Amino acid sequence: MDSSQLLGITTFTYLFSTILYAVIFIFKAKKLGTPATVFTVLAFLVQTAGLLLRWQESYKIGYGHAPLTNMYESVVFFAWTIILMYLLIEWKFKTKVIGAFAVPFAFLAMAYASFSTGINKEISPLIPALQSNWLLAHVVTCFIGYAAFAVAAGLGIMYLVKNTSESRKTTNNESLLGTLPPLKVIDDITHKTMVFGFLWLSVGIITGAIWANSAWGTYWSWDPKETWSLITWFIYAITLHARYTRGWGGTRIAWLALFGFVSVIFTYYGVNFLLSGLHSYGSN
Amino acid sequence: MKKKNPVFSFFASVKLALFTLFMLAVTSIIGTVIPQKESFDWYVQRYSESTAKLFEVLSIPDMYNSWWFLGLLGLLSLNLIVCSIDRFPGVWKQIKADNLANDLSRLAKMRLSEKWDLDKTEAECASELTNKLASNGWNSAQRKRDDSLLIFAQKGAMTRTGVYIVHASILVIFIGAIVGELYGFKGSIMLPETKSTTSIFQFGSGSPIDLGFEVRCDRFDIEFYDTGMPKAYRSHLTVLEDSKVILEKNIVVNDPLTYKGITFYQSSYQGYQDFILSVAEKNTDTSESVTLSFQQRANLSNHNNTAIGIINAEMRGQSVSRIKIWFKDEQGPASVFWIRAGDEVTVQRADTEYIIGGKQMYATGLQVAKDPGVWIVYIGCGMMILGLFVAFFMSHRRIWLLLKEEHGSTSILLAGSTNKNKMGFEKTFSSLADVLKSN
Repeated sequence: MDSSQLLGITTFTYLFSTILYAVIFIFKAKKLGTPATVFTVLAFLVQTAGLLLRWQESYKIGYGHAPLTNMYESVVFFAWTIILMYLLIEWKFKTKVIGAFAVPFAFLAMAYASFSTGINKEISPLIPALQSNWLLAHVVTCFIGYAAFAVAAGLGIMYLVKNTSESRKTTNNESLLGTLPPLKVIDDITHKTMVFGFLWLSVGIITGAIWANSAWGTYWSWDPKETWSLITWFIYAITLHARYTRGWGGTRIAWLALFGFVSVIFTYYGVNFLLSGLHSYGSN
Repeated sequence: MKKKNPVFSFFASVKLALFTLFMLAVTSIIGTVIPQKESFDWYVQRYSESTAKLFEVLSIPDMYNSWWFLGLLGLLSLNLIVCSIDRFPGVWKQIKADNLANDLSRLAKMRLSEKWDLDKTEAECASELTNKLASNGWNSAQRKRDDSLLIFAQKGAMTRTGVYIVHASILVIFIGAIVGELYGFKGSIMLPETKSTTSIFQFGSGSPIDLGFEVRCDRFDIEFYDTGMPKAYRSHLTVLEDSKVILEKNIVVNDPLTYKGITFYQSSYQGYQDFILSVAEKNTDTSESVTLSFQQRANLSNHNNTAIGIINAEMRGQSVSRIKIWFKDEQGPASVFWIRAGDEVTVQRADTEYIIGGKQMYATGLQVAKDPGVWIVYIGCGMMILGLFVAFFMSHRRIWLLLKEEHGSTSILLAGSTNKNKMGFEKTFSSLADVLKSN
């Protein structure tokens, strides 16, 4: 068994998790709740083993670094943090339907990592700029933030779907969307998830700044990646202020959760391909 | 209450904060799409003459330092300051409030409240309840109110300051950045091996900056992985004052050298066509280095009739990987051998042994920075994380107990409130109520 096999399996197990949660949502198959959770936890453990194995393999080759150093590894780690975040939310808020809106993000990430032809899966050595203890702190904190924003976006979609049907007055407890939690609850979880993400994004930006200072002597150089992370930070800062002080909620916050996540994806992915800068090593 | 003037209200408003953050987010995009700090001609070529001129007028080529962008940051700072002046006193009043002076009729109307009776005197109840509170981490105070006794306990009063810590942290970071801008510098130097310098060149202007000491590059090496990817760039630097060695360090990317507040970062390199050869004789312990061009030879000055030369060299990309060396002393025929660039070998001659090393000559590219504001920025960052944590995950929780004795029995009213996380506090409140009610 090597790490690429384990991570390959993960892609399909997350697909299966997605299907299970979709079935719970669509067919109101509440009995499948526990199996879906158990299966997702198992899939998560398989992926964890895959990541740890890849870490160990890099030491065997003699490179010795955490599996967080190129696009493939970061996408896989993104999927891992999304599932972790989702499982924590399921455990804390005891709502399983959210899985139908959050787990697909992890599956899509894994599918992209596994099947995209433009992505290099090799374990490659670290270039000098990446040889730092800050690598782990910076990448992990950023991705916890990204994953929280991904789940918040899933919750935002959930809110908008339910809200649209409620405003058409088609929802009752018998209908499809009746299985979704009440709008107020979705709104509350969306907000809490964004708050959590905002804290970690802040830590991620700060660890990045400290790292940049120890590598180049400049903690902030308005490199496109830095700038976009700040733009994302502004968007969530606006969202949180609008909620705390102007009482925004519901549809507007749901849209902002989606809009913020678009900015996250651009920061994470778009910048590497569309703009040039210090983070360009992330593009292979 | 002081009367608020409209200008003050405007600068204290959340509307302004939302507007400023929105403008910062939107305008920041410009600099990620239009390449920054290029020359005027570059923009003319990439866009057009008129566009380039428009950019010039709007300071687009250096937008993050432009008057309007800094103006937005200034507006944000002003907003933060005025907003804090406006709101903080109120928050402080809540923190320092005398919660034992509360209007008693309001207690029963609180969202969280419970009532029960105990067949004990007020004093007995009070000591029992305060003990139970204390063992659950609630330190209480009490005061006689008319014919009843009010007990109050709170947790996390200071957490109300969380938001203001975050706001202050942003200002602290800005102050750190300004200090760095005023009292620091950023520059670079391309320093050939064996050479030293007492000044470096400022970024942008290119004007020399005096270091106040001398820094020498003794040696620069590149290590490669088997794949041919660079593994490490390493410069051996020596700091000298009055020609005396003060400090020596091997620097690599991510591990710079700092002396007197000035830090030298490994950032680039440049390969020369020359070679540096070193010869050390084991017996006499004499050593020396020479700099040679390709296929040149030179006589050594410390060793009689001894000469060394470069016959050949192999390249890997822009760097020399192997060198073929020719070496001859007073005895016997010349030794000819290959060595890996940067390595040393022992060469056996008739009466003695030499350790001979050879490498391509490089200049190391150093970024040089002095930033006395960086610690202020880091303190601001620490404050921000602390403040966000406090603001998001901690709350000010307050509980009151109102005891009233009548006919040997005491009626007890428990009430509680929190400023955040209402659901979490409901659980805390009901389990605390259970503890207080139990015998």
